[in-house]
Amino acid sequence: MSTRIPNKGRFLNRAAPVSFSFNGRTYGGYQGDTLASALLANDLMLVGRSFKYHRPRGIVASGAEEPNALVNLGQGARFEPNQRTTTTELFEGLTARSQNHWPSLEFDVGAVNGLFSRFFSAGFYYKTFMFPRWAWKHLFEPVIRQSAGLGQVPDPDLKDADTYEHFHAFCDVLVIGGGVAGLQSALAAGEAGARVILLEQTAHWGGRAPVDGVEINGKPAEIWINNAVECLENMANVTIVRRCMGAGVYDHGYALGYERLSDHDPTVKGPRHRLWRIRAAQIIAATGAIERPLAFAGNDIPGVMLASAVRDYLENWGVMVGQRTVIVTNNDDAYRTALALKRAGGAVPAVLDARNHVTSPLAEEVRALGIPVLEGRAIARVKGGKRVRGVGVCLQNSAGAAQEEIKCDCIAMSGGWSPVVHLWSHCGGKLLWDAAQSCFRPDPSRPPLGADGKGFVKTAGAASGEFDTNSTLQDADKAGKNAVKEVGITPTGKSAPKAPQPEQAPLQPVWIMPDKATVDLRMKMWLDYQNDVKVTDVQLAAKEGYESVEHTKRYTTLGMATDQGKLSNINGLAVLSDALGRPVPQVGTTTFRPPYTPISFGAIAGEARGDIFQPLKTTPMQVWHEENGADWEPVGQWRRPYCYRRSGETRDLAVIREVKATRSGIGLLDASTLGKIMVRGPDAGRFLDMLYTNMMSSLKPGRCRYGLMCSENGFLMDDGVVARLDETTFLCHTTTGGADRIHAHMEEWLQTEWWDWQVYTANLTEQFAQIGVVGPKARAVLEKLGGLDVGRDALPFMAWREGVLAGFDVRLYRISFSGELSYEIAVPAGQGRALWDLIWDAGQEFGITPYGTEALHVMRAEKGFIMIGDETDGTVIPQDLGLNWAISRKKPDYIGKRAQQRSFMQNPARWKLVGLETPDGSVLPDGAYALAEGTNENGQRAMQGRVTSTYYSPTLGRGIALGLVLHGPDRMGEELEFGLLDQSTRIARIVDPVFYDKDGEKQNV
Amino acid sequence: MLILECPYCGVKADETELHPGGEAHLKRFGPESSDEEFEAYLFERKNRKGVHFERWRHVYGCGKWFHAARATDTLEVFGTYSAQTNAPPDDLIKKIKQKRPDFGGYE
Repeated sequence: MSTRIPNKGRFLNRAAPVSFSFNGRTYGGYQGDTLASALLANDLMLVGRSFKYHRPRGIVASGAEEPNALVNLGQGARFEPNQRTTTTELFEGLTARSQNHWPSLEFDVGAVNGLFSRFFSAGFYYKTFMFPRWAWKHLFEPVIRQSAGLGQVPDPDLKDADTYEHFHAFCDVLVIGGGVAGLQSALAAGEAGARVILLEQTAHWGGRAPVDGVEINGKPAEIWINNAVECLENMANVTIVRRCMGAGVYDHGYALGYERLSDHDPTVKGPRHRLWRIRAAQIIAATGAIERPLAFAGNDIPGVMLASAVRDYLENWGVMVGQRTVIVTNNDDAYRTALALKRAGGAVPAVLDARNHVTSPLAEEVRALGIPVLEGRAIARVKGGKRVRGVGVCLQNSAGAAQEEIKCDCIAMSGGWSPVVHLWSHCGGKLLWDAAQSCFRPDPSRPPLGADGKGFVKTAGAASGEFDTNSTLQDADKAGKNAVKEVGITPTGKSAPKAPQPEQAPLQPVWIMPDKATVDLRMKMWLDYQNDVKVTDVQLAAKEGYESVEHTKRYTTLGMATDQGKLSNINGLAVLSDALGRPVPQVGTTTFRPPYTPISFGAIAGEARGDIFQPLKTTPMQVWHEENGADWEPVGQWRRPYCYRRSGETRDLAVIREVKATRSGIGLLDASTLGKIMVRGPDAGRFLDMLYTNMMSSLKPGRCRYGLMCSENGFLMDDGVVARLDETTFLCHTTTGGADRIHAHMEEWLQTEWWDWQVYTANLTEQFAQIGVVGPKARAVLEKLGGLDVGRDALPFMAWREGVLAGFDVRLYRISFSGELSYEIAVPAGQGRALWDLIWDAGQEFGITPYGTEALHVMRAEKGFIMIGDETDGTVIPQDLGLNWAISRKKPDYIGKRAQQRSFMQNPARWKLVGLETPDGSVLPDGAYALAEGTNENGQRAMQGRVTSTYYSPTLGRGIALGLVLHGPDRMGEELEFGLLDQSTRIARIVDPVFYDKDGEKQNV
Repeated sequence: MLILECPYCGVKADETELHPGGEAHLKRFGPESSDEEFEAYLFERKNRKGVHFERWRHVYGCGKWFHAARATDTLEVFGTYSAQTNAPPDDLIKKIKQKRPDFGGYE
């Protein structure tokens, strides 16, 4: 029975009771509890089921390393799965549900998996579900999806109700971990005057020292800790943050802190989590150590716990986990648990120590309290199902024949301690194998390297492998002082505080218990609780040839999922190294990757969600579009009206109406989003001759020319109209999505290849509003507005003029993407809406109709004009599109010219642009492929072309399409078969790509 | 996340402010070049483990392209310099040779 006892529990505020709900029932705890300590105080030992075998699982640890006790936390828009009970602080009204069970925690159908555990051995995913093939889709996958996975997916229809934020911070020394080591490092650095940030992942400073009963400078550790925190708080150059985990260390001194601001108290206003994005000159990882479990049969039964956790629950939260606790250990530290329990009134029937002769001071102290210390002993097997009932005791040096049985309801185990080297290792810090302590520790001679080629991470205290408090403090002091020296600050002459401790006897490495355990025992020894990986699984993997620890991890799932093997990694790789007959350091560790423990997606996203995830660009006419029925479509970072729907009108009908109105009367288009890049300088013409495939330097001021831009690889990347403004100035129009990219492309060539050419570029896209006035009646409307002569002779096709129109200073371009008489009017953006409104009013008597991007697309397709991104896909060259007329033969060079000379580009058997028409006038599906005879080298049906644009043409009253077809232009009139997704086919005939006004008479009036 | 100092504006820029541009000091080959020359210019890269000369653009800053000498194995940055040059500056080469005696030059 697990109970709360009086007179213990230094974190509890017993004056503040708290109620919470677990699996629908209400329980009580206190302010200062974690969910784990509150569950234990209510004797709730069974808190979840394991991942694979659905075995009953209880709490094993007391901190971030907990593998078992994960719960679904919260409800509705605040629901979160896989939350560790050990790091969840209790608050009034907390709601939690256990995971991985069906139908209930107490009775679980999936536990039957345990009976078939032979079939769920290492690599079972790869072995069991191989054949027959059909069964994957219809049988295996649905069943596995139902029963696998940790926790529950939050309701996808609910948006996270909380807010999150990012902080950017800079410091000389970042100290991660607020135990006595971190505090001493921060003091040493802070007192020297360095800018220091100190992060502690829990709500409490001081780490384990108070629990272990350590004395610092002759007084209880807590007194020194409180004093140190007060000193740090009073230093203006030091920032200290609790509930903030150092999540990761990255290149060049970048680190992430994950602060949980209101998880412990939902009434706290403001963001829930804060991601600290820190640049530090030096980082000190004072991240402590984690105790290792021991591998004995039944070590996963609820009631088996780390010895340090049993001590933590007692001292910090006043919980006596067992009435009778057996200690099993291979080192001295676990004796502290025996002492703490006994002195608090608990029963400790025995300490089972795998070592043969133990006479250290801690062991003698335990013996003096009357606790039997059984040397050279091991646990043969744990008795019990949902709760420990006893242990069978055997010799460590045996096959596991039990000599006696001891009744108990809790087992406190210790296999030694492993430094938390994660943050040291994230960015490349190397490790040493410490044989004496059986652990990997940081190798100070091979730290992660910064921009200057010097190490920028240090470790302090237990994270360095210094487990004795006195040497921890010395090490931490040195780390703090060395860190400030690295940033050019002189450390103080103060020395570290003293914390003399009794000598400890050496640990004896114990990777399985007992040494020669039979297979039926090894099959019940859990290495990784979270993923249900046992000693036999790792041994089997080794037998099957998995020699690399990284491969073994994937094959067995050892060290995967949310805890990333914080308890299991060292034990697992020791078992692997034993099975392979190679020493541990040769087998090595898996890679430590950030974050240290999972962090919320909300914190990663920060403020970048909803409307500000990617801010939208808006044109000056945006509001008008909104007020006039715009149906939006995303184009680059803009939203453009796809069409303007009248009430009761479908999208399709709106598009048809807009096209007809424009072709027969007048249409109005907001063309402001088109890229506008000014290119100016004595060498501007020469520069554009290199950028475009055609000749731009010969363009006369006052004239416009359509141009194509290719990459150096020859592929068409953008197109648009270039206007020459004067002798040294050009205005290059780009596609809407291409403005920034093409400007960057220009700058790249100017800055890195032709840097001695005298040219400047400026992206003026958002400086101008541009309005398209399109259709046979366009001229009449502009003439009504008054100003510039817009007549055929004064402003011919492909000319532009600067002047006054309706009182506005404008640039007027006579260009057309629709095939109609068309003007594009550019005004400074601030005047765009006013001019738009004037044109709108003037156009009323002519039936002026605003049109969107879809009508624009339809009209350009009717004219056979290509669209970047439809007819091009990064593998298409202008020659494929019949655009040879826009490629200069006179120019010695342009970007892409050499590439287009390659044999593959010159091959006549390329797919080329044609028009496509169905016999019945129906619309071909977009992207459909034209089928050819035979199959390709992969056994798939051969293809000879594809549809690149396809629309219903309101002008022609039938479907039209553009496509790329093998030898297409030479095959006019031929019929092709197009394959559809439903396996049916459609016939289409190859025709000229210009469907409407082939001679261009309409745009030229 | 790397930090590189932009040699134009002097800002110590986070990697998120920068746009990478691949190997530096490529010689452009145009229409008169052989297939082999053009292929090498367009596709073949040194991909060195060790000292590497590369292009970056301070895209969310001053907008300028610059060059950096950086070790691909340790991420040590030896220096940044103007992109408007055909070869790294001599003093940078000297500095790299001092730190890495086996450095065989940028070509």
